[in-house]
Amino acid sequence: MTDVMDKPALKVVGTRPIRPDGVDKVTGRAAYGADFAMPGMIWGKIKRSPHAHARIVSIDTKKARALPGVKAVVTAADFPDLASQEFEAGESASNLRDMSLNVMARGKALYKGHAVAAVAAASPQIAQAALELIEVTYEVLPHVIDVEAAMAPGAPLLHDHLYTEGLDEHPAAPSNIAKRNRLERGDLAAGFAAAEVIVEGRYVTQAVHQGYIEPHACVCAMSQDGQAQVWSSSQGQFMVRTYSAKILGIDAANIRVTPAEIGGGFGGKTVVYLEPVALALSRQSGLPVKMVMTREEVFEATGPTSGAVVEVKLGAKKDGRIVAAEVELKYQAGAFPGSPVGAGSMTALAVYDIENFRITGWDVVTNTPKVAAYRAPGAPISAFGVESAVDDLALKLGMDPIAIRELNGVRNGVKASYGPTFRDIGFQETLAAAKAHPHWSAPLGPNQGRGVAAGFWFNIGGESTAAVHINEDGGAVVATGNPDIGGSRASMAMMAAEVLGLPVEKVRPIVADTASIGFSMLTGGSRTTFATGMAVTQAAEKIVADLKRRAGLLWDVPVDQIAWEGGAAHCLDPRKDVKPLTLAALAAQSGKTGGPISAEVAINAQGAGPGFGVHICDVEIDRETGHVSVVRYTAVQDVGKAIHPAYVEGQIQGGAVQGIGWALNEEYVFDREGRMENPGFLDYRVPVASDLPMIDAVMVEVPNPRHPFGAKGVGEVPIVPPLAAVANAVRGALGVRMSELPMSPPKVRAVLDSL
Amino acid sequence: MSKRTHISTTVNGDPVEFLSDPGVTLLDALRDELQLTGAKEGCGSGDCGACSVMLDGRLVCSCLVLAVEAEDRRIETIEGMAQGGELHPLQQKFLEHAALQCGFCTPGLLVASKALLDQNPDPTETEVRYWLAGNLCRCTGYDKIIRAVMDAAAELRQARRVA
Repeated sequence: MTDVMDKPALKVVGTRPIRPDGVDKVTGRAAYGADFAMPGMIWGKIKRSPHAHARIVSIDTKKARALPGVKAVVTAADFPDLASQEFEAGESASNLRDMSLNVMARGKALYKGHAVAAVAAASPQIAQAALELIEVTYEVLPHVIDVEAAMAPGAPLLHDHLYTEGLDEHPAAPSNIAKRNRLERGDLAAGFAAAEVIVEGRYVTQAVHQGYIEPHACVCAMSQDGQAQVWSSSQGQFMVRTYSAKILGIDAANIRVTPAEIGGGFGGKTVVYLEPVALALSRQSGLPVKMVMTREEVFEATGPTSGAVVEVKLGAKKDGRIVAAEVELKYQAGAFPGSPVGAGSMTALAVYDIENFRITGWDVVTNTPKVAAYRAPGAPISAFGVESAVDDLALKLGMDPIAIRELNGVRNGVKASYGPTFRDIGFQETLAAAKAHPHWSAPLGPNQGRGVAAGFWFNIGGESTAAVHINEDGGAVVATGNPDIGGSRASMAMMAAEVLGLPVEKVRPIVADTASIGFSMLTGGSRTTFATGMAVTQAAEKIVADLKRRAGLLWDVPVDQIAWEGGAAHCLDPRKDVKPLTLAALAAQSGKTGGPISAEVAINAQGAGPGFGVHICDVEIDRETGHVSVVRYTAVQDVGKAIHPAYVEGQIQGGAVQGIGWALNEEYVFDREGRMENPGFLDYRVPVASDLPMIDAVMVEVPNPRHPFGAKGVGEVPIVPPLAAVANAVRGALGVRMSELPMSPPKVRAVLDSL
Repeated sequence: MSKRTHISTTVNGDPVEFLSDPGVTLLDALRDELQLTGAKEGCGSGDCGACSVMLDGRLVCSCLVLAVEAEDRRIETIEGMAQGGELHPLQQKFLEHAALQCGFCTPGLLVASKALLDQNPDPTETEVRYWLAGNLCRCTGYDKIIRAVMDAAAELRQARRVA
């Protein structure tokens, strides 16, 4: 691959053009999941369990079916009863049976909001009325929500056949603990014995939702020959196709998925909830079916990420060198195994170079919705514990909190806690930029405190396909298989324009449907600009090679005597007196040189550089109300090379604010029956504009040499440090550490009262 | 189901008529009867602002208004904000400042921002933040949105001075 440093000056990459899908989005014309309609369409709705845990004794749908206007009613009996089977899909392995049971309960409802039946009718009102006519008889069972209560002996069991994996001995009895994982190195006992200072803490977080503003929605139409069309909002049209086909037991070839615009996802739209149900309803009725979730359904039956308990013990020498670390992570998985505790474990100590450590992770099922990925899944929770403990250590040693991170922070050549050896990373540069930022040395006011915290995310590559087609006037179309969740169309067009030597306005980026482009993994893991961008760049490079060959044919010059620069072929042979051939001129003559100019590249991109963030937060405590306000916030991140800096800043600012919400306000609150008490944006309060200051996003550009433009993923790192950055700032302001999130006013008041 | 009511109203300056069930919201009528899908439903409870429209010159969440209440009223939606082929300065500034990521909350934010600038051409940052507190955006962290609104306000003031 070309060395980034050898690249000539970039003309498009690194600039801030207006995004190609922007005008449609500011005029209301862009079509999101719920904006699509089909002639003859009917409306589907889901009947959901009112109980957190219950055996489904019987479901009687006779009355619902008899209601005029009702066209179809489905229950688990209309879906194949699938065997337990792990399969690779998207970012991680999924269990087919669990996925199917989450879409439609079979035998037991495992959380309040779990789907038990669905109807489709001529209008949403009729569908709603029909739901109430479906009679479900339940045998209510004891439930468990809290992660440690679910781990305790004698806890209500969700799954009779769940035996803990990863223990030294196979357990004798089933439990709610799905898995134990462990990462360790060195000699922990010797490490702690050599330590001169030890800090310990127990940190608790609650389940929080991704909180995308667009509820899940789809329109699905299956015709009588079994061929289906799906329009839906998701983070991956291929993921929707794979999951829907598997859950329904039909061939992927029979499903064509067209991606709608997506109104936010943050990981929460990497799974299916509605599409298989709408397809089953469409199959039964023979009509297109539209389904749209309400906000309450989004909270009660999708996402969130885990609530967790994290225990951290650190041992250090007097000079601040950390010599031993023990971390225990207990994560809620929700109704089915699969919390992000694996990634939580792998990232927990990833920013530090520690000789002796042990990290133990527990994946625990509870009577809550099955967790879904949420931006750097698992990492913010473990970072909250570890970065709070590192702060306590700095305090105990009288060290500057950035200095202790510089001393212990990873550098190139260090073997990461999760395995590989770091190279070309920018953590030390990021710390240096944070220390040099005027925020770090600015004075604080009364009742104010300052916190700093670091964070890490792997970033990923993976399978991507891109096609570049040259138009007859010399412009280009770039087609990829990744939904544009935050400006990726702009970055795709920019990278293609850079290689081709075109102005970015001449390149039209398209998010293609599953029948029009080769397979691409979903938009997740901060992979799209890196991996799909690499496929785009390579396809554009193939086009350039072809254009040079065609210019050579026209000039009768060998291809090695032709250079591509500024969107035109230049003849290097001094004996030829020819003017450069522009892309437009070559396109106009393509019929004479071999026909249409087009290239497709399918790759499994490797070499995604990991990302590091360092955040500085100032808070002010209102001692009367216990309200914590963020008064200043700076987020520093190494971003590789920023392709579109404005959208990179936007990712950093958005991630930081989600983390601030997690730290201060957001949480699932359950009543005694295990029902969520705050399933709406009034009571589940995400940050609003007036809660926040401007977020200063500082980009540190340490190029990723394994990407043609030096890019690395940027979307996930910024949610990792804020939980601890805010908590450390609150500690500074209160003089006492709060180790339970959210640090909401009643909890802060309680601390103030105890002082 | 109940009998449908005939509604006559004005949307973005055009007279329109439609039939509505008594329980249907203005938001659903705009989206399903009039095919104006620019206003979005994010919550259905007036907490997210994605469905913001103007009703007789007042900013409302259209999910909290019944369609039948639109009778003889004047409704303005995001679809009416650009004049012909020309974007409103707020729309232009949202583009220039990268003040949108997924874009789902954008129509509501634009309608709400226009309502603010129509009545307060020179808002402070704090005033913009409080005015837009009813419009949730989960992607941007609001920073670029606030800057875009402030910049559009400055440009509109300049245009007024020139005029």
